Order: sequence, then structure tokens, then C-alpha cells
Amino acid sequence: MGDAEAGKQVFDECKGCHQVRPGAENRTGPHLNGLFGRRAASVEGFRYSKSFRRAGNSGLAWHADSLSGFLADPGSVASGTRMSHRGLKDEKKRAGLIAYLRQFPDNPRDIPEADPAAKGADHGLDPEVLGLQGDPDYGAYLSSECTTCHQAEGGDAGIPSIVSWPEEDFVRALHAYKSKQRTHPVMQMSAGRLSYAEIAALAAFFEDPG
Amino acid sequence: MKLNRRVFLGTAGAAAASLQAPAVLGAGKPRVVVVGGGAGGATAARYIAKDSRGAIGVTLVEPSRTCYTCFFSNLYIGGFQELSDISHSYGTLAANYGINVVHDWAVGVDRDIRTVTLAGGAVLPYDKLILSPGIDFVEGAVEGWDLSAQNRMPHAYKAGSQTELLKAQVHGMPEGGTFCMVAPPNPYRCPPGPYERVSMVAHVLQSVNPAAKIIVADPKPEFSKMALFQEGWGSRYNGMIDWIGEDFGGGNVSVSPDAMTVTIDGEEIKVDACNVIPAMKAGRIAEMAGVTEGNWAPVNAADMSSKADPDIYVLGDASQQGDMPKSGSSANSQAKVCANAVRGALAGSKVFPARFSNTCWSLIGTNDGVKVGATYEATAEKIAKVDGFISQIGESANLRKATYEESVGWYAGITSDMFG
Repeated sequence: MGDAEAGKQVFDECKGCHQVRPGAENRTGPHLNGLFGRRAASVEGFRYSKSFRRAGNSGLAWHADSLSGFLADPGSVASGTRMSHRGLKDEKKRAGLIAYLRQFPDNPRDIPEADPAAKGADHGLDPEVLGLQGDPDYGAYLSSECTTCHQAEGGDAGIPSIVSWPEEDFVRALHAYKSKQRTHPVMQMSAGRLSYAEIAALAAFFEDPG
Repeated sequence: MKLNRRVFLGTAGAAAASLQAPAVLGAGKPRVVVVGGGAGGATAARYIAKDSRGAIGVTLVEPSRTCYTCFFSNLYIGGFQELSDISHSYGTLAANYGINVVHDWAVGVDRDIRTVTLAGGAVLPYDKLILSPGIDFVEGAVEGWDLSAQNRMPHAYKAGSQTELLKAQVHGMPEGGTFCMVAPPNPYRCPPGPYERVSMVAHVLQSVNPAAKIIVADPKPEFSKMALFQEGWGSRYNGMIDWIGEDFGGGNVSVSPDAMTVTIDGEEIKVDACNVIPAMKAGRIAEMAGVTEGNWAPVNAADMSSKADPDIYVLGDASQQGDMPKSGSSANSQAKVCANAVRGALAGSKVFPARFSNTCWSLIGTNDGVKVGATYEATAEKIAKVDGFISQIGESANLRKATYEESVGWYAGITSDMFG
């Protein structure tokens, strides 16, 4: 467990948008009372981004482990999130913040010490992995598996567009599926068998499919 | 023959060229003929034409001017799609990809001289032939039923007028009437298809004819997504659907289209609409080409080439490949592996290793979608499953709705992947 007192200080970075306290309300971001065990994008009355609603619908719920992954790199968990924070890279700060947020439950007895499904995932992505140069020709071949569902021309109804993403965002998103931080089962399966080089190849291709 | 310098050089040049490029003899563009314009054939034709940038001549032979996709045709029966939503023309493949689209039936293949003969008399030469003919029905599979009975008891397993007819018959049932489905034995096109259809018929009847009954006579002990469908049938259409599996004689069935009766395990039932889905086999042209063994055409997993002929490829439902289900999604996936191999053989492009996947969505009721899927790889013996997933019983309404919306997105994706 992290240090909740230290976490209270960390929360100063969050409170411009989020409230957490008895009677907290939605502001720019949703209130954070009763966060643990809650499905993502499920606070009544808050207008979430499309990609956050998708993450929630496909099973993302907030526990120590999933929160830590999200706080480290919000965009890797929900690419289109409107939370503009760049992420807390310091693991100790994240642990403190999580410990602090745990003090505002709906039902204290329901808070698990850690996510029962926690995999102890390493949320950081090795800069070497991010720096891999993909082969766009191989990416073009691999992309044909994606375009069965994701329209090659873009198109965003029911299934998100994956065309013209910045390469790095694409890589981070696929690695988040591969490590099962992102919850969609089709994507976990598809990304699960992609090698690092194949992810880089796809990212290189989709950045500019031509 | 005396070996003079000129002859020697000529031969050496030819040998050198054949090391780097493709083993296509004769001058002019290499020619690919694709038979069948469904998920396998249309995708293969489009990818070969698109990625070879005109270096390979592609002819697509398909009798119908309009493709009504089998996938989502159940949603038309259920009232969730219009017929126009599932109809596609081949215009873009011809206009934007330079594919020679020929609306005719392929009636013969001469493997020795590599030609396909069409019903209209044309003879098409090929360097590589791709057969993606879908399915035909096994004659005599359901006692009392043959194709001449398809207007009384539609199969509706090739989409279009048959689907319209079945939908009209469901709507025309008398109050409290009986709908019967005779389900097919394995293997067949679209494993969850009959059960999605039962769900859609129940959805319609629940609103227009709530006292009606649905009977499913099934020769199988279990079926695709069974727990998910049965959960939905129980919660949404309680008591309307009676599924009679193998244990209760569901495979012992005969029908009388004239009398509109179905006899299940000795008991004759009067029916008001009847959907007979007989046992299936590869579309006839595969058999005529001599590439079938039994009902299906065995293929090599690495490139979908026929085990009987390296210049013929068989895609989709007609192929016997291993673990993949017979589905539009599978055919689409196999087509891309095949297209990559054919371009490599004819135009010398780089050939990447085969990888396959299948995803399949089914609709149980309004905003109640479920899905199943898997990834596959090529082994020496077959296409082998790597990993998979399936929707769970008891999922939230939000997730089921999102899954349905996903299926609509998937439909837009796969049809633009097929038709451009």
C-alpha cells in the first residue's frame, strides 16, 4: 500500500478537474467517490469520451492495478480520453494517490487490497520498444487482418477508426491490449499474438496507409 | 542440336530470370480467374488487383449482379436490416480496381490446359484459379425435400429471394401457428446461423404473433454459442422455442412440402412455415474441377492451394482446411493469405507467413449481441487454432448493446474489404 498522506499532496494535481470528498460532484472530470470496483465510465450524469465508454463496456473496472496502469499513461488505456494529464510516471506517487482515493469508498468493506485479477503488470513501455522501426510493407500485409472490422477508409460506427494515428499512440494502445490492460477480448486476442516488430510494422503502416 | 553461342545465351538468360521471378510462361500479364463473388472470392480478387497494381489480370466470375450477404440476412428476417442494407454490387471492383467482372456460371475446369468454361460458352485461360463457390446442398439429405420444394419450404441459406420468401412466410403465419426449422448436421456454413435465425423469427413472432410456436429439429447434440442462445431464448422468448436435439430424435426427420407437415422421430406435426437447411457440400464447381474429396475440397494451410492441384486455390465454405468455422469472416481471412501467395507466385512479390482469424457476431434480440472469435495459424497438417474467446452468459445490457453496435461496424468493415 502507498502512503495516503503523500497521496493527498499528489491529488493536488487532479483537483482542478476531479472532486473526492463526501458530497463530491462531477466537474470537468467525474467525481471519484466510490471509485474502487466501479466499472469505467459509469458515473451517472457524466459525459464520457467515446473511447472511455467503450473501455467500460468491454469490462474495464477500477482496482489498484488497473488504476495504476491508467494513471501511469491515461492515453494507453483509452486513446480518446479527455483527461489531459500526461500521466504519473513515479510509481510511489501513483501508489500514494491510490491509497488516498481508497479513503472515499461507497462501501469500505468491499475494497480489495489489490485487484483480484492483478497481474502485477509492468505499466511502463520500454523506450526501445517504442523506438522500434516497423516495416510498412509487412504492416500492409498484417493490416488486412485489421480491416475486416476496422474500415480502411476510417469510419467510426460501432468499431473505432485506426487510420492515421500517430505511430506512438498506436504502439502504446496495442501493447496495452497485449498486456491485457485494455479489456476488449477481440483486441486482446489479436494483439496477443503480435510480436513487438509486428506492432511496430502495423503502426508504421497505419500512420499513413496511403 | 548443336549448341551455338546464341542458343546458350538465350537459355542461360531464361534460367536466370526464372530464379528471381515467377514461374509464369508465355508473354503478357499473368492471369487469375476467381470463381465466386462472396466473402472469399471478392476479397481475393480485390486484394490481388489492388496490391499488384495492374500487374496481374483478374477476372471474377459470379452469376449474380447483386450480392446479398448471408451474414446479416437473419437481421433482415428480424426486421433490423433492410434488404438494401445487405445488397452490394460489383461495380466498384470493376471500376476502381480494374477487375474484369463476368456475370456467368462457371461450368467446367480443364486443369491440363488451365481454362475455365462458362455457361455462356466463353473459355477463360488462367495461370492461377481461385475457387470460392460457397456451398450446395447434399441431395436427399432431408427425406421429402429437394430443391424443387424450396419455395414451399425455403432453405434461405443462400441470401436473396429465398430470404425474402422465408420472411414473408413467417409474417404470413396464422395466429398461434407453428414455425419449424430443420437444422443441418456439421459441418455447415455459419455455425451459429440457424440459431440466430431462430432468435430473429422469435423476435418477429413475439410482436406480431405471440401465441405462435417454434420447433427446431436438430441432428446435433449441441451447437455454436448454445449456452448464450439458450439463455436468451429463456429470458426473451420464454416457452416459444422448442429445440429438439439428437437425444430426442431431432435427426430423424422427414418433411412433406405439399402437405406442409414435418415428421420428427415418428411424430407428424402440421407446420405453417418451414425452413429446411439440408446437409451441405462444396459448391459444385469444386467437384467439377476434381479438387474435392467427399463433400469438401482439401487445401494446404500455408496458402489455401488445393491438395489436388497447385494452380488451384479453394477458399471459404468449400474448403476443408482444419479448425476454422465455415464463415464469411473465415473466407475473408483466407482470401488475404491466398492473395499474398498468388501475388508472390505470379508477380514475385514478397510472401509473408499465413495468419488467419475469424470473428462472428450473432443477434439474439434487440440490442442483445454476442460474439465468438479465434486466431489461427498454418501447420503442416491444417489451419490450427491458436487462441479464442466467446461472450459470457449473464453479461450486462450495456455490453450486449455495445457488442451489437460492434457487429454493425464489423459489417461495414468486412463489406468494404470485399467490395471496395
